Amino acid sequence: MIYEASPVAVAVFAAFVAVTLGISFYLGGKAKSSQGYFAAHGQIPWFVNGVAFAGDYLSAASFLGICGMIAFYGYDGFLYSIGYLAGWIVALFVIAEPMKRLGKFTFADALDAQFQSRGIKLAAGISTLAVSVFYLIPQMVGAGVLVEPLLGFDHWVGVVMVGTVVIVIVVTAGMVSTTWVQFLKGSLLVVFSAVLTVMILARGFTVAEGGVDGHAFRTVGPVAEANLEAELQALDGFGEAKVVSPSGSWVGKPFVRVEVGSGDDGYVMVWSKSTTDDGRIVLREAQTETVEDGVPFVNGRKQTKEHDLHPVGTVASLEGGETESGSVGPLSFFSTLQKADVVLWGKEVVTEESGRKVTVYYQKPTPGNRILRPGEHPRFAGIRSDEPLKKLNFLSLMLALFCGTASLPHILIRYYTVKDAAAARKSTIVGIASIGFFYVLTLYLGLGAMTSGAMDVTNSNMAAPLLAKSMGEWLFAVISAIAFTTVLGTVSGLILASAGAVTHDLMANVMKVELADHQQVRVAKLASVVVGVIAIALGILFEDFNVSYLVGWAFSVAASANLPSLVMILFWKGVTKEGVIAAVVVGMTSSLGWILLSADSFQKVYGYSSTEAAEAALVPFSQPGIVTIPLGFLTLVVVSLLTKKNVPA
Amino acid sequence: MLATGDEAVTRNARIGLVLFTVYLLLYGGFVLLNAFSPETMERPVLAGVNLAIVYGFGLIVAALALALLYGWMCGPDELPASTPNATESTEPSQSEGDA
Repeated sequence: MIYEASPVAVAVFAAFVAVTLGISFYLGGKAKSSQGYFAAHGQIPWFVNGVAFAGDYLSAASFLGICGMIAFYGYDGFLYSIGYLAGWIVALFVIAEPMKRLGKFTFADALDAQFQSRGIKLAAGISTLAVSVFYLIPQMVGAGVLVEPLLGFDHWVGVVMVGTVVIVIVVTAGMVSTTWVQFLKGSLLVVFSAVLTVMILARGFTVAEGGVDGHAFRTVGPVAEANLEAELQALDGFGEAKVVSPSGSWVGKPFVRVEVGSGDDGYVMVWSKSTTDDGRIVLREAQTETVEDGVPFVNGRKQTKEHDLHPVGTVASLEGGETESGSVGPLSFFSTLQKADVVLWGKEVVTEESGRKVTVYYQKPTPGNRILRPGEHPRFAGIRSDEPLKKLNFLSLMLALFCGTASLPHILIRYYTVKDAAAARKSTIVGIASIGFFYVLTLYLGLGAMTSGAMDVTNSNMAAPLLAKSMGEWLFAVISAIAFTTVLGTVSGLILASAGAVTHDLMANVMKVELADHQQVRVAKLASVVVGVIAIALGILFEDFNVSYLVGWAFSVAASANLPSLVMILFWKGVTKEGVIAAVVVGMTSSLGWILLSADSFQKVYGYSSTEAAEAALVPFSQPGIVTIPLGFLTLVVVSLLTKKNVPA
Repeated sequence: MLATGDEAVTRNARIGLVLFTVYLLLYGGFVLLNAFSPETMERPVLAGVNLAIVYGFGLIVAALALALLYGWMCGPDELPASTPNATESTEPSQSEGDA
């Protein structure tokens, strides 16, 4: 869709970024030592740190990705919410306090506490870098996605903007300012999501035939095939409409192309076709998008502000033929939706003989009880099949989400910003409270967006901001600005974690470069700039990626590489340094390798079609966690036993 | 002094593991139910709301409840902040009979 910048949005947005930068400069003067730069002197109050956890954790993927997934497919996106939150239980009950006791600046410190081994620092430093970069990509992509409709800029401009602002933040002040920015943004995000949820409940559901632009999607039939053309011609402005007989790759597709008008004004639009039990035909208006000679075409005509994709997301019917539900309560929100019918949109790409790709978006009328159950999203549909491997894929994802949180480097470093283990514990509890509350809201936000009539059919990541836009321009501006600072905050945390790994783990401890304290800070700042530039480049490169898909990668890699060592060091005395190194290396490479060889990657990264990808894939399912996490544990135990120092028998 | 600090650490770790197990069972139940009996999740259980949503919200509430319980049970054990070098009480790793 074509977006126009709104002055209000730009003003609010600029104010947010200005305040964020202001805080950074102000606090920048306070952090001169490496202790201050990496760990905020260990002086952050636990409550602030707890909310900052929420700030760090509720990244672009949580806010944009989950809301979008729920808005487009229903309940399934909420499974991510549940998995992401469950991970915090691992963090609190198992990892938090020992991490705080063992380490100083980085996760490698904790792993290495009893060994003083360069090998461990090297392996842990590299895995920190790998996970951080993977986690950075979706954040940067998210930034581009936000800036596009908000300010009317191109995707790459958004990525460069975020990158630049973050580099400035990180270079000026380090962990102190990052923490305060995260605190601010974490609280705003939770508060405004709550406001939005209240507004959704107050608005309730309204039956509509089209979205907020006033275009009503048309339906023709049910009608016998022979009378189809006549029935179409009865529509307003369709006097001479002709059904185009299917040719080439359109043969056998559930679509009907209809030529409307003639000559220069003529265009071909697409309808989706379904057949009733008695053999009659129902046509529903679809939307198409294609590019011809570099010019974008929408619904058969050149894309302009007048001829653009129509916003979607409507309730087709409510129980008992009502047209409005009025305001609903937090539970009757679900029971009302359960008995309603909602129009979701599917997508199919048709490649014509000329090589032209036409993306068809078609209506999928869906009963409410299907929207509120698991298994509607293609990635989760496996749980409704009889194939054990597909169920395994689901289990694997849920395991990776469960184990991943406690292994994310930018979450782990936050344990060093507080005073002691008790403060680490308390801040985790605050974190769980704010994050849990937010995740409850995601279900309302997502479903509210689904029925808001404001969705961009091409981009699920935009669901939450567009929902806000349907409520009012101001709210849209504020929510987008918060989402943007969300990206800023998470990215600065990640860049700091990477910079810490480079300076503290790799330079100082592996290469044994003697660095005075202020030199350490300088090297870290230099590393931040380099990582930031890499992140900008990757963010532009991966523009078309689904944000939550990329985050799933990061979680799998983090859990496979880091969790086995973290847990085993705490619970088993027999761990050796060789065991730790082997576990980190094996966990990291096996999970990365698995991901790169999976059907998902073949389809989304290497551009295979879904059937080709399924054949080309070298691993039986796409989510590595259920194999590579145990593999990491196994490697650690076996290698530790093999390299055990001779114990007196 | 050193002994009490260590005791608190072990006690907290034990409480943590028990609560972790409780949550693991809840979460495991949710995931397995989703994977092997998705139909069960469709059944309305509370005020017309289906099990998928009720169980999901329940998991989030349970996480918070367990977290608060943990915080309360661990109590203010690390109070002796008057001894600033409490970190030194973590014993060095035992090097076992290495020549």
